[in-house]
This record gives sequence, structure tokens and C-alpha cells, in this order.
Amino acid sequence: MNITLNNRPDAFDEDNMTFEELIKKKNFTFKLIVTKLNGKLVKKDERSEVVINDGDDVTVLHLVSGG
Amino acid sequence: MMNMENMKSILSKKTVGIAGCGGLGSNCAAALARIGVGKLIIADFDAIDASNLNRQYFFWEQIGQQKVFALADNIHYIDPMIEVIPHDLKLGPAEIISIFADCDVIVEAFDLAEMKQMIIETVGPEFPDKPLVIGNGMAGWGYSNTIKTQKVADNIYVCGDGITEISEDLPPLAPRVGIVAHMQANTVLSILLGNTNQEAL
Repeated sequence: MNITLNNRPDAFDEDNMTFEELIKKKNFTFKLIVTKLNGKLVKKDERSEVVINDGDDVTVLHLVSGG
Repeated sequence: MMNMENMKSILSKKTVGIAGCGGLGSNCAAALARIGVGKLIIADFDAIDASNLNRQYFFWEQIGQQKVFALADNIHYIDPMIEVIPHDLKLGPAEIISIFADCDVIVEAFDLAEMKQMIIETVGPEFPDKPLVIGNGMAGWGYSNTIKTQKVADNIYVCGDGITEISEDLPPLAPRVGIVAHMQANTVLSILLGNTNQEAL
């Protein structure tokens, strides 16, 4: 499948995968992240169920302390 | 055409919420006050410490005061006509929902990443149409050109380098914190004046 990940095109061999699988695959190991699928927030406990498909627009935002 | 007068007449009718009055919130509030945003709703639970003065919009004689009240004073030194609603409290989901309900835009100006995540996860579902402007990554010095503004999803804008986290070696300092705070204010301006194309941010 081809998706847009953080505003950039990205391709995967799989036809689809859950958010949790994507995070593992891309090695997003940060403690605090915010995830969105096609502009809608995906909460932490929904990441194992929400499925990403071809053409989806995915955001994984890593949050860092400071302000 | 948009001259300063047109701009002021639009901005004077707008309300901006600022969640946190530290380095990001205090400097962002000052910039929004100077350009004439009509109403600012500000919230923080903390008092001013001498160590805050390396980056926050407060002054030596204000050490020990609650940040929200000192910031309200400083906004009024800039423009006494601005309506300021200070909330001296620690923000959680319930407080965010009740005090920022009428804001046109919310500025996230917390220091901890956990709090940034909390406000995103609260505003997203509760106020899907309300723009939220996040500050993310501004520790240390130099590397000015790694700091940018991005619209990451519907109604979520992120200003910062996205990487540098505060630590012993990477303290938060006035120049980079100020860049991000003003970038947030500039993004608020883009939203309030109605041009949020990525290239216009």
C-alpha cells in the first residue's frame, strides 16, 4: 500500500496494517506521540484496532518537553 | 487589501486561549496583545521564579507573583483595553473544556510533553473545529533554521524543531523559545485573518 506519512509519501509491502504495526515497523519508539488518521485523532488505546489502508493520510507526531 | 486598521478591526473581535504562561505562553501573549487581539484567556498554576527570567515575559520585581496575574498586568502595560481573563489553576481536560470553549484559537504553551499530548487529545474530540497551535521542540541555542511551522492535521498546527528536548545540556533559552512563541503568535494571526495554506504559515 501507498500512504502519506507525516506529509511524505511512503510505501509498504502489506495491503493494510494497524496503527500499532505501523509504529513498530517505522521504529517510532518515542514515549509520547499523537496519532492521526485522515485528520482524525486516533487515541492510544485505539492504535491496536484502527487499520491503515492504501491512500490513507497518516500523522505520527512526536512530542518533546520544553516551553 | 489588509492594512493595519482592517487587521485591528478583525482582531479586536477575536478571543485567543493560552494554555500555560511560561516561556511560550507569556511571549506569545505579549505578541498577540501588541497586534490588538481583543480578548486573551490565560491559564497557569505556577508562580514566577528567578530562573524563569531567562526566557519568560516577566520582570525581576514580579518574582513570587502568580504567572497569570503578572502576565495580565504586563499585557495591560502594552494595551490597557485588552480584555484578559486569568485562570490561576492547573489545566486538565475538564478545565480546558470549560475555560476555552469560546476561544477562536487555542495556543498550547505547556512545558511537559505529557501535557501537550493531553491538550491535543482533549481539544481534538471536544472541539473538532477549534484550531490548536502547539509548540514542540525549542531547547538549546543556534539551529534557528531547523524551527518551522507545519499544519499536521485538521486544525492542528505545530511550531518548533520537533526534536530538541530540554535537558542539562539543552536548557530553554529566550532566543529559541522566543522564536517558537512568536511563530505560534504568527500562526494564530494566519488563522484569525483566514489564510492557513502551508505556504502562508
